[in-house]
Amino acid sequence: MDVTLKVWRQDGPDAPGRFETIQVPDVSEHMSLLEMLDVVNDRLTVAGEEPIAFDSDCREGICGMCGMMVNGHAHGPQQGTATCQLHMRKFKDGDTITIEPWRAEAFPVVRDLVVDRSPFDRIIEAGGYISVRTGAPRDANIQLVPKPAADWSMDAAACIGCGACVAACPNGAAQLFTAAKIAHLNLLPQGQPERWQRVEAMVDEMEKYFGSCTNHGECEEACPKSISLDFIALMNRDYIKAKFKNRRLAAQRG
Amino acid sequence: MITLESHVPDGPIQEKWTKHRFDIKLVNPANKRKFKIIVVGTGLAGASAAATFGELGYNVEVFTFHDSPRRAHSIAAQGGINAAKNYPNDGDSIFRLFYDTVKGGDYRSREANVYRLAEVSNEIIDQCVAQGVPFAREYGGLLANRSFGGALVSRTFYARGQTGQQLLLGAYQALLRQVHEGKVKLHTRKDVLDLVTHEGRAVGIVVRDLLTGELTSHSAHAVVLATGGYANVYYLSTNAMNSNATAIWRAHRRGAAFANPCFVQIHPTCIPQSEEFQSKLTLMSESLRNDGRIWVPKDPNDTRPPQQIPEEDRDYYLERRYPAFGNLVPRDVASRAAKQMIDEGRGVGPLKNGVYLDFSDAIARLGKQAIEERYGNLFEMYERITDENPYEVPMRIYPAPHYTMGGLWVDYDLQSTVPGLFVLGEANFSDHGANRLGASALMQGLADGYFVIPYTIGNYLAPMLGTQPLPTDHEAFVRTEADVMARIRHVLEVDGSRSAAWFHKELGKIMIQHVGMARSEEGLTEAISQIRALRDEFHRDMKVLGTNESFNQALANALRVWDFFELAELMAIDALHRRESCGGHFRLESQTEDGEALRDDEHFSYVAAWEFKDVGDWELHKEPLEFEYVALSQRSYK
Amino acid sequence: MTTTRTGTDGGTTSRPRTFFGEFYASDVGKKWVMAVTGIVLLTYLFVHMLGNLKIYLGAEHLNTYAEWLRTILEPFMPRTAFLWLFRIVMLTAFVLHIHAAYVLTVHNWKARGWGSRPVRYHTPREYLAADYASRTMRWSGVIIFLFVVWHLLDLTIGSVNPDFIAGDVYHNVVASFSVLWISLFYIVANLLLGMHLYHGAWSLFQSLGWNNPRFNPWRRWFATAFAVIVVAGNVSFPIAVLTGIVG
Repeated sequence: MDVTLKVWRQDGPDAPGRFETIQVPDVSEHMSLLEMLDVVNDRLTVAGEEPIAFDSDCREGICGMCGMMVNGHAHGPQQGTATCQLHMRKFKDGDTITIEPWRAEAFPVVRDLVVDRSPFDRIIEAGGYISVRTGAPRDANIQLVPKPAADWSMDAAACIGCGACVAACPNGAAQLFTAAKIAHLNLLPQGQPERWQRVEAMVDEMEKYFGSCTNHGECEEACPKSISLDFIALMNRDYIKAKFKNRRLAAQRG
Repeated sequence: MITLESHVPDGPIQEKWTKHRFDIKLVNPANKRKFKIIVVGTGLAGASAAATFGELGYNVEVFTFHDSPRRAHSIAAQGGINAAKNYPNDGDSIFRLFYDTVKGGDYRSREANVYRLAEVSNEIIDQCVAQGVPFAREYGGLLANRSFGGALVSRTFYARGQTGQQLLLGAYQALLRQVHEGKVKLHTRKDVLDLVTHEGRAVGIVVRDLLTGELTSHSAHAVVLATGGYANVYYLSTNAMNSNATAIWRAHRRGAAFANPCFVQIHPTCIPQSEEFQSKLTLMSESLRNDGRIWVPKDPNDTRPPQQIPEEDRDYYLERRYPAFGNLVPRDVASRAAKQMIDEGRGVGPLKNGVYLDFSDAIARLGKQAIEERYGNLFEMYERITDENPYEVPMRIYPAPHYTMGGLWVDYDLQSTVPGLFVLGEANFSDHGANRLGASALMQGLADGYFVIPYTIGNYLAPMLGTQPLPTDHEAFVRTEADVMARIRHVLEVDGSRSAAWFHKELGKIMIQHVGMARSEEGLTEAISQIRALRDEFHRDMKVLGTNESFNQALANALRVWDFFELAELMAIDALHRRESCGGHFRLESQTEDGEALRDDEHFSYVAAWEFKDVGDWELHKEPLEFEYVALSQRSYK
Repeated sequence: MTTTRTGTDGGTTSRPRTFFGEFYASDVGKKWVMAVTGIVLLTYLFVHMLGNLKIYLGAEHLNTYAEWLRTILEPFMPRTAFLWLFRIVMLTAFVLHIHAAYVLTVHNWKARGWGSRPVRYHTPREYLAADYASRTMRWSGVIIFLFVVWHLLDLTIGSVNPDFIAGDVYHNVVASFSVLWISLFYIVANLLLGMHLYHGAWSLFQSLGWNNPRFNPWRRWFATAFAVIVVAGNVSFPIAVLTGIVG
């Protein structure tokens, strides 16, 4: 199949960007979109033009490295799919495919389709962990975790940190990312001692970089792991509770 | 001239590690911050080591070429992590895990290291659960286990099909906690391009900032490499696009011996290649073999769709040949059997390059819902890639390079032949021998990072108290930086006609054909000359555009491909010298009458550690392997 | 853009330390305030609409009801004291709701790119989940604000009413709605209000964290039903006047 690529090119963080139109004849429908870009880059290199910069690594939808706006959709039109698993068979012969980088104030463009997502690490640093020292724990089966709780925690923990939620959010908010990490830990018994300070610290850190939630739900649609908006409600609830809670009573049950 | 001192402690195997921990020199807690440690890589081994060093109070700097430590390729591991907890009460023990691992590795690993791995495996689970890793649970709230290829007990812990992701996130979070507390300095998007040595010791590294091209030197009391494996030498592998061998290769060129480079695991359950431009192969978790049945049509010319091929025309070749283990034979056995089927022309799919993995029996027995619960995400992934629904049509699978058992040689303390250079995880050679069992890579990465290196590094550091790391304007650093700059300049100046990626792909074709699942003297000799010729062409004809002083992915890639070319030759040389079949290394000259791998313990029961002299010129050193606790036998899974 | 990290700055925030101040300083806190004030305003809207249905019972009923509102809690409190207390509460809720919305909007616009460095997409976005109502909350909000101001001037203060008689609510309503363009403005504003409610009455559950698989499906039903009932009631008044059913 033949496609036309309209792709964002930007030489550096402060350079002005532009769209470049590239004809891409003869691509296989079995290719992923990124493999199509590999082919384009090889052809560009041979023709003496610098290849298109884009991030990708595992190419099986788990590392979270790839991500671009494809025809106005974060990670492209197929739901629950990262860009690396989007195949050309989802497009038609003769299509024009428009590709832009993630855009948000907190995600400055590095080059072409590559953006800097380091604020996500800052949010985790603020409290996205359980403070446990290596070697100190007790036997893994001492603390029982009800299956529904472990399952729901896992639903949240599936987040790959790709930034599609921010890219898709009309407010440039990172609530789904932050909420998923908070829920992963706050839903487990191991996460309880730090529950209230975690949610406060992570939300406060998030708000330094990102917008706020107006409950559009675009993030959930864009998420390659289909992480639920319910986690945002859970985060809001825990944040409010954290503000009212008398933490000196935190060890009490019920 | 290097010497291979394994430093395995004396005494019964059950007591070696305990005794060693007692004998290790300790660093006073107040003095730990006076020691600076560089950690390269943030996968399971690197992140867990860096986090633990930080907790202990060392002054740590950690480097990754990714934009975040969480992207390391450990994240893609699907199936699970082994531990000898014996929670299901099915007869597991530390000794059995040890025994299985040595046997699975076809008796080419160091007993003492493997025993230690089995010993700390239980602590890993405790640690990860405490960190909040959401392992699968039973309804009663206890941890769930499943069985995994090559094992007759259920000892694998898992978090859906994303175990690696969850374990890595645990280690990554622990690491970022230390970054937050100022104990660890984190460098992202930094490519480590060389190791700096001075008076025979590792004293630092030279790194290139991937965003700006700036070269900087970093010095420390010790350098820890946890940079993963080198299966990307095959171009098409299950590794991530950016996984590379540069750090270990450059360390090798600076004096670290490379052990068993030819031991590569070709994983049996990957999605077959569908077209020429494919960039990587996708693994489907081995756990699928628990419920899926592998078969090919008996008649090579059978063109019927799989559902219409009746039972009597199908050949369930694994169940036929290995009645005891059936579809659960170790990876190397399953891979080789699949290759035989395809070589016989009985492959399936449009390119006849796969075998069927069929779930129809399991669906009939357990119901679609149970299968969906176990493998839902894998089935979904398969459908996304192939556009076929595995609930209705059997999956097609084919082996792909997946894991490299070889790596830098290390002693019991995980120290390489360069004092001060430690190597963890897949980057070292230590625990898996000639073949790795499923769910053991995650175990080894975390064992090395959480529970081994934090102790053993003290042995090296304690005597250095009072010394300062070498200043980075020292001649050793200046010279190394100049070497790196010369490499970069070379890559940019060639201005040939083909991209480095093209050469990489061509190299991969040579490697998979001759240094893949079946190797022969003739093929390997041929491969060596082909690799050399292609490497010369690469250095004459590659084309890398742009400048060093920008975000230049083609430049970074060309530097990696450069190193793959040199490593590829060593792999072929190693494979050629090892005239026996063992584990993932199958020499056509050395097989039994029914085509099974035939070991030669008399001549090859050693670790082959190669010392770098020059490209094309390596010197072999042998570390003999002695087995006191495991009886050597020809592996049999019948 | 820095690629080297050494510790997070201090860990303390520079936010104000009073309880409400600290809470309100965060976006999540502001959303909570918007949700709570939203509930107050929703309740008022519903009661307001119910009370006004008395217009269908005739002038006497409606005017008596209006007079009763001025006398609530008499003689415990002076005449209209409750009414004024009530108005203060409503005004506070209204002001907080708008202030929070304003600050959040500015923050969100900044997060999406602002001034010299816009980071909007250069190609059209295709929205999948965000509906028209959710994307136009700010505009419907501004128009509703202008409408409320006009509505107070028209029927409470009377300064823009063509024929205002203090205390004769029925007369004032009929006088106002007999003018076609006023009625149309009233109807349009109420349809916008309906959209605002359609998203807001659902959204508040999220902001408050009221999320439970058992009742989640009802949240959308509630919001839809609430918006339809309030708007239907309100819009019926000008239509009734224009068609002569009332008047």
